Amino acid sequence: MPSEPSQRVEDKLFYNRYLVDSGRAHIKVRPHTTPSSRLLSMLKACPARCYELNDKGHVEVTVDGCIECGTCRVICEESGDIEWSYPRGGYGVLFKFG
Amino acid sequence: MIQERFDAIVVGAGMGGNAAALTMAERGLKVLQLERGEYSGSKNVQGAILYADMLEKLIPNFREDAPLERHLVEQRFWILDERSHTGIHYRSDDFNEEKPNRYTIIRAQFDKWLSQKVRDAGATVLCETTVTELLQDSHGRVVGVRTDRDGGEIHADVVVLAEGVNGVLGTGAGLRGRPKPDKVALAVKEMHFLSRETIDARFNLKGDEGLVIEAVGTISRGMTGMGFIYSNKECISLGIGCLVADFQRTGETPYGLLEGFKRHPSVAPLIEGSEVKEYSAHLIPEGGYRAIPQLCGEGWVVVGDAAQLNNAIHREGSNLAMTSGRIAAEAICLIRSRKDPMTAKNLSLYKKMLTDSFVIKDLKKYKDMPALMHTHSQNFFLTYPQLFSKAMQDYVRVDGTPKLEKEKLMLSSFIKARSWSGLFSDALRIARAWR
Ligand SMILES: Cc1cc2nc3c(=O)[nH]c(=O)nc-3n(C[C@H](O)[C@H](O)[C@H](O)COP(=O)(O)OP(=O)(O)OC[C@H]3O[C@@H](n4cnc5c(N)ncnc54)[C@H](O)[C@@H]3O)c2cc1C
Ligand code: SF4
Repeated sequence: MPSEPSQRVEDKLFYNRYLVDSGRAHIKVRPHTTPSSRLLSMLKACPARCYELNDKGHVEVTVDGCIECGTCRVICEESGDIEWSYPRGGYGVLFKFG
Repeated sequence: MIQERFDAIVVGAGMGGNAAALTMAERGLKVLQLERGEYSGSKNVQGAILYADMLEKLIPNFREDAPLERHLVEQRFWILDERSHTGIHYRSDDFNEEKPNRYTIIRAQFDKWLSQKVRDAGATVLCETTVTELLQDSHGRVVGVRTDRDGGEIHADVVVLAEGVNGVLGTGAGLRGRPKPDKVALAVKEMHFLSRETIDARFNLKGDEGLVIEAVGTISRGMTGMGFIYSNKECISLGIGCLVADFQRTGETPYGLLEGFKRHPSVAPLIEGSEVKEYSAHLIPEGGYRAIPQLCGEGWVVVGDAAQLNNAIHREGSNLAMTSGRIAAEAICLIRSRKDPMTAKNLSLYKKMLTDSFVIKDLKKYKDMPALMHTHSQNFFLTYPQLFSKAMQDYVRVDGTPKLEKEKLMLSSFIKARSWSGLFSDALRIARAWR
């Protein structure tokens, strides 16, 4: 039984330091009419909640809060559902503690 | 960007990459190390326990200036159900030794320090540089790398892939497959800051003594996973990880599990009043021995997490990364001193040396554990923890029920949940996989 977190992920991401590479998303979702079950699983499995369902029922990714864990790559790259790469050198999440 | 040619290029400045670059630079090789983060450590996440022995082999006097948090004097293993924990605690004053065996560290700080040692040894370290591709000649031989910097082709005799668990380059060049959902765990982690005095009091510590708690049970909701709590000087690293395939299957959220773990009545008092300063996530290779890919080829070797060298049963990874990085570097130096080329045949010396070390021996010992834990995750991570704590509670609660009756009830609850044959085969399975 999935439980509701007591703290929103969006708020957790505020603790982190990011250098966002505007206009250069390092992860892209392949255009689709109905999302695959893999893509749908990312709505829950992404630890930064980067994946969301838009009002057309398509899965979208917003990489600003991405913590570069690679979970979506492991689930969705092989099937071609997403294109995955690292941000350009120096950009993205910058852990102070890690 | 860089016109010169290098003896070796190391991709990644994590535990494995730093060990390899340091070892080769110290022996006079011309080494280039490339790291995509702003500094070594800025992309890395770990619990983290540092095992002294493996670092000592690289830097014998590391205790003089390494950023160490606390040396460990106590280890707790907890089996949790919703409201209780059954624990095994091991604490010994023997660990208050002159040269302690295990420490907690903060990865970003530790990696920065280790990276400075690599520079001091003479390697060229370029951060903020993502390697985008391995350069291969017409025979498929790796001859260098391409980076995301201008004019970014750089050549070298050998490339050490220390790119971590995601291993994008190795996959891209067809040297190994992608990490699979049932072979990697996703861990999420928070850093909770508290005063030193508070941590000392809550964990019963003094001076630089430290403590580790590892917890399994209903917190992973039937998924293969584990929670951890590590005490640092002025903060607590707290996290939980489960197999990616299990997240995919159950629809549980990683942050949901983390919040559940933090709210557990045995955990909440430990972090009460803390200030959280970071939320991170990272994959951990969990496939063990059977998931190890090809370790070397024409002009390349792979070390650390990228080679799945991680002992999930004992929570050891960085020491395997450090050791494999060092051994790969030693093999490369040996081949070079004989003036031999960096062919697959010659580089297989690395594989041989690694097979003779604890790295492969340990992984081989547990080769059947990952599959066992995964296929029987409901039993091991949900049913047994619940049974254990019910049994413990019944046993310690004094309520006028005769002890013999209690023992009978306890046994029948186990048999009801798992049946005699189920219990027997679970025990046998563990014994076999452990051997
Ligand atoms: C939550 C958690 C807890 C853990 N706890 C422990 C523990 O207590 N003890 C222990 O021993 N181990 C632990 N581990 C495992 C340990 O962290 C890893 O085994 C270890 O970090 C592996 O080292 P590595 O050098 O192979 O990879 P990493 O340390 O991940 O380093 C890889 C480096 O390569 C860089 N990189 C990747 N791709 C590129 C590219 N294309 N171009 C340039 N740079 C690139 C990355 O930025 C990174 O710096 C834990 C892991 C996690 C996630
Ligand atoms: S890499 Fe991790 S944090 Fe980033 S989008 Fe994918 S799952 Fe989310």
